[in-house]
Amino acid sequence: MITAPFEYARPGSVDEAQSLLTKFGDDAKVIAGGQSLIPLMRLRLSQPTALVDIQGIGELKQVRRDNGTIEIGALVRHVDIQRNAVLRETLPILVEMANDVGDNQVRNLGTIGGVIAHGDAAGDYNALALMLDAEIVTNKRRHQARDFYRDILTTALEHDEVVTAVRFPVSTGRFAYTKFRRRLYDWALAGVAVQESGSSWRVGYVNLARTPRRGSAVEAALASGASAADAAAQSGSDIDPTSDVRATAEYKRHLTEVLTVRTLQKAAAV
Amino acid sequence: MTQPVALTINGRRRDDQVEPRLLLVHYLREVAGLTGTHIACDTSQCGACTVLIDGEAVKSCSVFAVQANGRKVTTIEGLAENGTLHPVQQAFWEEHGLQCGFCTPGFIMAAAYLLQQNPSPTDEEIERGLEGNLCRCTGYENIRRAVHSAARAMSGATDAASAQLVGSAAAPVED
Repeated sequence: MITAPFEYARPGSVDEAQSLLTKFGDDAKVIAGGQSLIPLMRLRLSQPTALVDIQGIGELKQVRRDNGTIEIGALVRHVDIQRNAVLRETLPILVEMANDVGDNQVRNLGTIGGVIAHGDAAGDYNALALMLDAEIVTNKRRHQARDFYRDILTTALEHDEVVTAVRFPVSTGRFAYTKFRRRLYDWALAGVAVQESGSSWRVGYVNLARTPRRGSAVEAALASGASAADAAAQSGSDIDPTSDVRATAEYKRHLTEVLTVRTLQKAAAV
Repeated sequence: MTQPVALTINGRRRDDQVEPRLLLVHYLREVAGLTGTHIACDTSQCGACTVLIDGEAVKSCSVFAVQANGRKVTTIEGLAENGTLHPVQQAFWEEHGLQCGFCTPGFIMAAAYLLQQNPSPTDEEIERGLEGNLCRCTGYENIRRAVHSAARAMSGATDAASAQLVGSAAAPVED
């Protein structure tokens, strides 16, 4: 389908992007890789009046290590994450997630900043940002991931705010990510991420509520010495899935518990 | 309202005025007249519209032409050189890597990209590498065979090319 008409501009800097967003008004949107936005526009579920294309802002393409933090520029693509040696060493769970995002064609265009700004509960990196207490850096402020995801496809971003980077703690402990789906290029029907962090475990859930979810109840059970099975039994209170064409909510709850056990066992076995 | 775009398509520069909402696939087919790139699913899933932008496979139904402004685009029409089929095209021909053929341009572009990244993929790497392309005739077995065949042909060609290079570089020393 053909999208609604819009104006288009390609700024050379973040400042210029912000002035364009101010000029175009509330219904303008930032576009990076466009792999979520363009399909939505084609269905006319999204009808921005202007697109501010940030692809030319080179400073947003960097990956930098800063002591215990790894900062990933908003325009770093999934394929860049897959190939990045620093990320493989400092945040391998992100590389594993990147390997399973969409397909080659999507990974060649889609960016981490796009996933974050889109705020989709199905966007694998969003659950990771939440569970690892990542910071989302914009042209205006730093958001804590825990305060960032508000509702379905709704984040704390204001209309003239541009995500410039995401800051994750360097996480070199054991980890595993299970993305359950029927076809290789699908979104997760249910996704479970676990990451060892010091002496505790972090748990995140993909596409199991209106927003990404942290597995706080499962984490607490693990911290008090519960087995993987007993901890996973708590997963029901961490998620809030709905029934859809793919599965019922009940099925997703059962699946989540099973996947939580398996993912914890997989990580512990690494 | 239209905007100027300048793209290099299959090595030739074009300058056009386009509406920002014109998708790259529509630009290629309707403005540039290159109808080898197909539109099938219309929902960004099937990969029939796969082209290369600066050498990287993308779905041209999920990119606006204005986003590709200033970039190099390769379509199925740009793969053959001087009337000789690209090794991936030749392999799809020889192994009958198609049934109805509608998805074929996209598969060939995706396979050419895959082999550029990974010159000798395993069965599983081919399946993963082509996960963004659908063949509704389910002709996947021959497609996989064709990719293996192209990989062999291309590695042979590379060996021959490097042998030639070594030969000509060695010649002055022998004098």
